[in-house]
Amino acid sequence: MSSQVVRPGAEAAERIRGPRRPAGTLYRGREGMWSWVLHRITGVAIFFFLLVHILDTALVRISPDAYNAVIGTYKQPIMGLGEAALVGAIGLHALNGLRIILIDFWKLGPRWQRVMYWIVLVLWVILLAGFLPRQFVNIALEFQGMPNA
Amino acid sequence: MATAVAEGSSAAQAPAPIQAFTVTLIIRRFDPEKDAEPYWQDFDVELYATDRVLDALHKIKWEQDGSLSFRRSCAHGVCGSDAMRINGRNRLACKTLIKDLDISKPIYVEAIKGLPLEKDLIVDMEPFFESYREIQPFLIASDKPEKERIQSAAQRERFDDTTKCILCAACTSSCPVFWTDGQYFGPAAIVNAHRFIFDSRDEGAQVRLDILNDKEGVWRCRTTFNCTEACPRGIQVTKAIAEVKNAIMRGSADIPVSDLAPTPQRA
Repeated sequence: MSSQVVRPGAEAAERIRGPRRPAGTLYRGREGMWSWVLHRITGVAIFFFLLVHILDTALVRISPDAYNAVIGTYKQPIMGLGEAALVGAIGLHALNGLRIILIDFWKLGPRWQRVMYWIVLVLWVILLAGFLPRQFVNIALEFQGMPNA
Repeated sequence: MATAVAEGSSAAQAPAPIQAFTVTLIIRRFDPEKDAEPYWQDFDVELYATDRVLDALHKIKWEQDGSLSFRRSCAHGVCGSDAMRINGRNRLACKTLIKDLDISKPIYVEAIKGLPLEKDLIVDMEPFFESYREIQPFLIASDKPEKERIQSAAQRERFDDTTKCILCAACTSSCPVFWTDGQYFGPAAIVNAHRFIFDSRDEGAQVRLDILNDKEGVWRCRTTFNCTEACPRGIQVTKAIAEVKNAIMRGSADIPVSDLAPTPQRA
């Protein structure tokens, strides 16, 4: 009878009371679910970038000067950071897209999907490791008012 | 160590009591007659490591609050009645041992997601079974053999995985697509279609492939693998769905050719 172990936070139960998370708990999916969430977010982000990008490219038909002015803003440091995010999003979307194709068409895809997810992340880090240093140097040069070489 | 040879120590007492723990369960309650919104309620229960979450629910219902409502029938992981979200993952309460959970923190228990909540941990399963019925989960065959329908071991093996389904809805209600789109057939219906599509004795594969070749059919699957993680029977659900996708694209299911001798025909 005396075997009851009082948990250190026995009074904590009082504090937890109430709808701390009114909408229920977040479903705790694993790699598959999070890769899907990332794929959605990057996909929507890339869509909106392409929308803007098609519009700004179409400007060249209206006025080359206006086109140059708009494209020139891409050189600003803030846009440089945006470009870095864009490359990151496209890289992840592309690599995970290959993973999804393998899941659907490769016989062993569903079995190895979790491993493939981590391979995607490793390849993505390698990709960004090759790109980001150069991009940040360019941003820094632009920030100091020097046109990049 | 059969007989105690202790000298005067208290070691020769009755067998040591099994260690019990006070576990906090935080359960998402909802009474449609009283509550506008579901709310969390916590219970402290004395449990052994070998107890299951279902035992904890029983203790609460029998000793603390008789109004707690949940479904259970066999209590041994066969009937598929007590699928619920335990610490944010779909599990059968009768197969989830307390020792496998982190009891230094409270255990969150709530109803499965995506189906209409009726009371506490009970949801309306009718939309789920509706999808199940739609894929015609029964043998479709034109001939009537005198004895049995012959099938080779390889042919039986082809759909063995999907015969294990107990229709608990853990997979369907773990699917992010199903949460937002209740029209989606859902993993369980596709698994049970797979069970007949890849059965060499069945002749209705094309019918079922046509049913699932739909905007709300297999193409809604986004391969999040939540269903495979949630299945208490260990069915490779996402793999089964991928096989149905491929069967639709090829136009037929790949069933192994029988290695049995030609069946003796009726005279």
